[in-house]
Amino acid sequence: MPPATPNQTIGPYWHLIEHPEWADLTRFGANGEAITISGRVLDGDGDAVADAAVEIWQADPPADDRFPGFGRARCDTEGRFHFRTLKPGPVAGRGNAWQAPHLALALHARGILKPLFSRLYFAGDPRNETDPLLASIADSARRATLLADEVAPAHWHLDIRLQGAGETVFLEL
Amino acid sequence: MPDPALFRTPAAGSQPLYDTPSYGSTAKRHPKIALVPVPTTLTEASGPRFSPHHFPAIADLSTLAGKPALGERIIVEGRVMDEDGRPIPHTMVEIWQANAAGRYDHPGDQHDAPLDPNFHGEGRVFSDEEGRYRFVSIKPGSYPWRNHPNAWRPNHIHFSLFGAGFAQRLITQMYFPGDPLLELDPIYLAIADRAARERLIARFDIALTKPEWALGYRFDIVLRGRAATPMENA
Repeated sequence: MPPATPNQTIGPYWHLIEHPEWADLTRFGANGEAITISGRVLDGDGDAVADAAVEIWQADPPADDRFPGFGRARCDTEGRFHFRTLKPGPVAGRGNAWQAPHLALALHARGILKPLFSRLYFAGDPRNETDPLLASIADSARRATLLADEVAPAHWHLDIRLQGAGETVFLEL
Repeated sequence: MPDPALFRTPAAGSQPLYDTPSYGSTAKRHPKIALVPVPTTLTEASGPRFSPHHFPAIADLSTLAGKPALGERIIVEGRVMDEDGRPIPHTMVEIWQANAAGRYDHPGDQHDAPLDPNFHGEGRVFSDEEGRYRFVSIKPGSYPWRNHPNAWRPNHIHFSLFGAGFAQRLITQMYFPGDPLLELDPIYLAIADRAARERLIARFDIALTKPEWALGYRFDIVLRGRAATPMENA
């Protein structure tokens, strides 16, 4: 059996494959509860990670020809990123568990040698209380690093801290 | 619905570490707290599908508007498969690279080497039924970077693959055989296991080489497979 190919950094010039419209998952005409996702990516000094690529994947609503389920956005000079997408519903978990609505996140940048995975949940959703992943994180401050806040109607915001105070929970998939 | 099979854990040394001091940019960009393990769920077992209808292929990087780029023309071909040797059909492969002079067509690249008006450096191809992909390009040049004094990146082509599940996401670089810069490159050397990192070096293939036209390189890509023994439900 051949072993998996190793990862290497995406580097600072990945924008050659960037298409800004990929950040809008509603662009093919999918219907649903449209939301904006925004955030910042910050390094261990609190400085903007201006060359990062942020990717989202959502298993719900299921991807079809009109809803790609996947988006990619660049960070700007302030480390800010934006997506337009549809609010997900709950997703089957392992066993009989259900997972609270969430987006899978993958982060790539110069200085990141393999994808950094995380998730974005929606603060205040009662289903968060029974989500198996959130429940597995005992420290509530750590758990909160995965909870986006609704900063305006249908606009959710989550900052991602790669290192140090408030370091985001990153996942081993 | 049965639980998805778990993804295989990478062998020690077969993947780079986030914290790699010889690569300076990792210093402030690696998590210091241990990652939280997530048993595979639908979220990680499923992944995006890209139809060529919405994401048209760009299989020839060696010309722009019909005009040839400068440099050594190459054909890159390989198979995308998983760790069980199963081909991954119809999967999107994204490619980007510097031009023959070692300069990216990117505003952030200030290297004093010429841009080529006939080279952009973006490609996108799809694997076929048997997982085979192929594109035509020019051999990218090496270029300096500021990681350490007199640092030069070996010739490389960037690859991005998705596979069938989000946990299979792969971002990597393909290198060329015989490049003396490889053994000096902290990014390449960040993969501790020699055999593992050597899998990033394409193989020159005279059979793939097209007479009077282009050199052929073969680069097979293996995405994570599923664990042999399914774990019991928690």
